[in-house]
Amino acid sequence: MENQITDYKSIPGWGMDADPDNEPTYPMKNYTGDDHNRINYERSVQQPVTVEILKSNERPTVSAVFGTSVPPSGLSGAIRRWAFKHSEDRYRHWLPLILADRINVYEGIIDDIKKGHFPNILAERGFKATLKHNPKKIIRQVITGVVAVMVIKSMFKSNK
Amino acid sequence: MLAMNYRGPYRVRAQQRPMPEIQHPEDAIVRVTRTCICGSDLHLYHGMVPDTRVGQTFGHEFVGIVEEVGPLVTNVKVGDHVLVPFNIACGKCNFCKQGLYGNCHESNPMATAVGGIFGYSHTAGGFDGGQAEYVRVPYANVGPTVIPADMDPDDAVMLTDVVPTGYQAAEMGGIKEGDTVVIFGAGPIGIMAARCAWFFGPSRVIVIDHIDYRLEFAKNYAKCEVYNFKSLEDPVVFLKKTTDWYGADVCIDCVGCEAEGNTLQTLTGRVGLLQAGAGTALQWAINSVKKGGIVSIVGVYGPPFNLIPIGNVLNKGITIRANQASVKRLLPRLIEHVQSGRLKPSELITHRIPLEEVADAYNIFSSKLDNCIKTVLIPSSK
Repeated sequence: MENQITDYKSIPGWGMDADPDNEPTYPMKNYTGDDHNRINYERSVQQPVTVEILKSNERPTVSAVFGTSVPPSGLSGAIRRWAFKHSEDRYRHWLPLILADRINVYEGIIDDIKKGHFPNILAERGFKATLKHNPKKIIRQVITGVVAVMVIKSMFKSNK
Repeated sequence: MLAMNYRGPYRVRAQQRPMPEIQHPEDAIVRVTRTCICGSDLHLYHGMVPDTRVGQTFGHEFVGIVEEVGPLVTNVKVGDHVLVPFNIACGKCNFCKQGLYGNCHESNPMATAVGGIFGYSHTAGGFDGGQAEYVRVPYANVGPTVIPADMDPDDAVMLTDVVPTGYQAAEMGGIKEGDTVVIFGAGPIGIMAARCAWFFGPSRVIVIDHIDYRLEFAKNYAKCEVYNFKSLEDPVVFLKKTTDWYGADVCIDCVGCEAEGNTLQTLTGRVGLLQAGAGTALQWAINSVKKGGIVSIVGVYGPPFNLIPIGNVLNKGITIRANQASVKRLLPRLIEHVQSGRLKPSELITHRIPLEEVADAYNIFSSKLDNCIKTVLIPSSK
């Protein structure tokens, strides 16, 4: 910030060719000049932080409201916490989040079983709809599965 | 209450969850009467969006009845029938004040690249969505809009996302009278973009996709030309040829990260996740538009990076315009279009399915079974 020029309006020609109608975001944006006030606007009151919120390191504080849907937990949560130490510009932010999402799937299954609910994965994948509207796909998948098992079996046999 | 519950890629179910509560004085609780599955929900469903946590409820297109309001809510009252824009906007930050309600700075602490969106992963704020019997609606003085008494609720639910996004896609194209507009994607957004493009006076509207029943629907609903890219040797050459070897004036990407049609894009974007989805539609848009033309993007991509021919953008002098739809800004005009009968968005709805059968509903929409265009979920108690 110490390099910031404060008397820029004294630069010869400053603002001479400015054309307020040359606003490429129009009509999406009703330009008011407020952008130059940065984050100095009247904020709504702050929602109390009652669960762990992972905040982007590209902003100073959490936003006035936020979702509290699924706080980070378990191994996936640890990975997410690590990911949020890095900016949205970095692969090391996004790729670990995808890894955490995949791990979270298995955590979800374990969590279900712990609660005495064995997940019906076929139903969760909408099997009934496939059976009704595209039974050929199921037949194809069954045949592919059977052929794959037979090929693997015959490979094992020939290795012996 | 019953709510959709994400369990992992291609796995969802309906299950009981605690009722949402007022967490902020500007919150409202809305009893959902209709909620759609959006094409962009499929990106979540397919595991394409980072930080999509198991247990979240999706759904950013919904209408309902205000059940409870926080102490600072004055714009809506208990009992109002409201449609709720998919973007969560404070109305006070500099972005909202300038009409960029899709870019609010006070609704998503988890990413600066996107504002808060109902039920759209923690990358979009970690809010539970409206595919439930009840939903928490933050900033209820800004987003929720009372549905006009004479409006069909099926039309109203389409005004929460599909219509504004399709309209803004066309609006961002800066379409001039006599222009040729090419739209990539014949999903609900592409179909609506094609219909709305006519409001701006083009002479041709062309829709490109690879699913015949959707192209047929687009042709009938939006009165446009349609082409299946699988029947074209090279869609870019075809589009050049059909525009007198000039290029389209405006190209609109309504596909986003799950595009088909280019093996390299598919392998690196959809299979390997080495980029934020397959950028095929955007690549075609850039390469099909004329020099000095405009590319409008409403197709959803993940946050990291995409392989697109940015050198051609420079060398052709292309203007790229993109944003999440600013629903609140567009609603007054779009309500007029619907009330006048110029737009009948509910005609896109092909499936009405009870919330209890959400897993089948997602599969039908995702697998494009039963000629599905648009699915509405109906909570059973309504």
